[in-house]
Amino acid sequence: MSDKSEMNNTAAQSGEEPIIRVSHLKEYFPINTGFIRTKPLKAVDDISFSIREGETLGLVGESGCGKTTAGRTILHLYKPTEGDVFYRGKPIRTKQDITEFRKHATMVFQDPYSSLDPRMTVADIIGEPLDIHHMYGSKQERRDKILELMDRVGLNSEHAARYAHEFSGGQRQRVGIARALAVDPDFVVCDEPVSALDVSIQAQVINMFDELQDQMHLTYLFIAHDLLVVRHISDRIAVMYLGRMVELADADEIYDRPLHPYTKALMSAVPVPDPKVARANQRVQLKGEIPSPLNAPSGCPFHTRCPYAADVCRESMPAFEEVEKGRFVACHRVKEVN
Amino acid sequence: MALLEVKDLHTSFFTDAGEVKAVNGVTFQLDRGKVLGIVGESGSGKSVTAYSIMQILAGAGKIVSGSIVLDGMELVGADEKVMKHVRGNKVSIIFQDPMTSLNPTYTIGKQLMEAIMLHTKRNRKEAWDRAVEMLKLVNVNEPEKRMKQYPHEFSGGMRQRVMIAMALACEPDILIADEPTTALDVTIQAGILELMKDIQKQIGMAIIMITHDLGVVAQLCDEVIVMYAGGICEQGTADEIFYNPRHEYTKGLMRSIPTTSNAGRKLEPISGTPIDLLNMPEGCPFAPRCDQAMNICIHRKAEKKVINSEHYAACWMNEKPN
Repeated sequence: MSDKSEMNNTAAQSGEEPIIRVSHLKEYFPINTGFIRTKPLKAVDDISFSIREGETLGLVGESGCGKTTAGRTILHLYKPTEGDVFYRGKPIRTKQDITEFRKHATMVFQDPYSSLDPRMTVADIIGEPLDIHHMYGSKQERRDKILELMDRVGLNSEHAARYAHEFSGGQRQRVGIARALAVDPDFVVCDEPVSALDVSIQAQVINMFDELQDQMHLTYLFIAHDLLVVRHISDRIAVMYLGRMVELADADEIYDRPLHPYTKALMSAVPVPDPKVARANQRVQLKGEIPSPLNAPSGCPFHTRCPYAADVCRESMPAFEEVEKGRFVACHRVKEVN
Repeated sequence: MALLEVKDLHTSFFTDAGEVKAVNGVTFQLDRGKVLGIVGESGSGKSVTAYSIMQILAGAGKIVSGSIVLDGMELVGADEKVMKHVRGNKVSIIFQDPMTSLNPTYTIGKQLMEAIMLHTKRNRKEAWDRAVEMLKLVNVNEPEKRMKQYPHEFSGGMRQRVMIAMALACEPDILIADEPTTALDVTIQAGILELMKDIQKQIGMAIIMITHDLGVVAQLCDEVIVMYAGGICEQGTADEIFYNPRHEYTKGLMRSIPTTSNAGRKLEPISGTPIDLLNMPEGCPFAPRCDQAMNICIHRKAEKKVINSEHYAACWMNEKPN
């Protein structure tokens, strides 16, 4: 962890272009609200941030906040409604850009059960990205590559001819990771990759993500709702609420000293596995529930539940601004609140 | 006398592939007004233990032997009439997924009143009042209006509140909560856990909290049982289990979860994969994955050993002279 953060600092100092830069990205889905009438569901609404080479950026938030959509839109699995994604400074716009981009950016999915084709052998699942991008010269080369990948993720090479249903949840997730790594990417979006796994298996997979990052120089966007897992694996963490980013900061900072009122509430709700800490915890209560993204409130989307909401919050949208070095918050009253 | 005494419970599922011993000799007691957490991974038998108490096992499941004594009454072998009275009046259960537990075609009010009228001698009017009262108890706003709404008009957290209201409407002695917050977001989860804690203090029922999340256990439970492969590894007060674990599996679990104190360090996962319940080893079921396993662990199961008056563990490591 320490050497990782050093690396990030040097990258930041030298003013290097980040590996991924997201600029005013929007993803609206049309929802039918009646006969030929539609209304946009603003799943991701104007988010901007960068991911530095070699870091892990955690993306957290509650269901429906748009974290998964954000991950998928960055990979252009959904066509962005507006905004741009830059990979190493180059915008991804045309079909060719996307095909080229996908050789460098891949995804690990949450559900190890539905994300693997039950009719394909493990070797073919892992080999499919190689087929698509024509990344081998001979059958032997393909096979060697697949076995090497299986070895990397801790799967026995004898299992290459087996089908997904013959594996446990943890092993399936390893297959999904091997598939994501097949094209030798440098950026991987991990969408809740350990949520479906048991605690003891979860730790194995988390450690594997760490090791693979070191070995293969990967950059992760790690999406998850388990805040302790995200803190463990991430260098920086971004928090989303109703399609917008509300806070982005160093992982430890955001836990120990959250600045946005929503982040405060979220962090205080984390069930810490320590009875003494749990007894001493003062929870920041939120009133009401997350509004529907179809009827997002005016002004700051969080004002309906925010204990510090004032008139300005109801009227205008707060900008996502750098309040301290490397720390971004979208809150009108960030100074008064803290 | 303890409110609930489970003694050497064995529950099996008889499948085409053979007998799956889901619960394999479980013994514990639960006192009035206590919150007991049962933790374990998938297949550890934590839910089946609870379903055995309620006798709501799926078709192939059967209690093979053992005894379950509730308030002086033996439940194993009791006929269905007795069990119908026990369920709801004495022991209630709430499940993980509040959507599938509610009928989408009836209003919330009708479903609450049905449960109340089935178990108590209240008429419609009284049942309505009681249902409204219960919704108030679980902090549902505008209960009269909400009574006339359907489940789809409720959010996940609100549905779980309705389930708790329904479970508590007949004032059971024990509430079994089977992963009640697993499907919910953290802020909603925190609300539900706080609600359960408050109601427990107000009404004084006992709670059996079944979960895989050690964080949830730390928030809510007085006592904890750790299960692995159908048996109890370790049992004790929450503080004993968290700060003085004496079974290698519990220790492994504690080391493998990210906490606030081990951030930045590497996690120490438990190696191997969970056990196949169809092929149980002869000795300690955890021995194949245990770093400390000794010869005896492979051949003989460890007996439950008293660590102190609040703490038991079944691990040979405790017999080892220091």
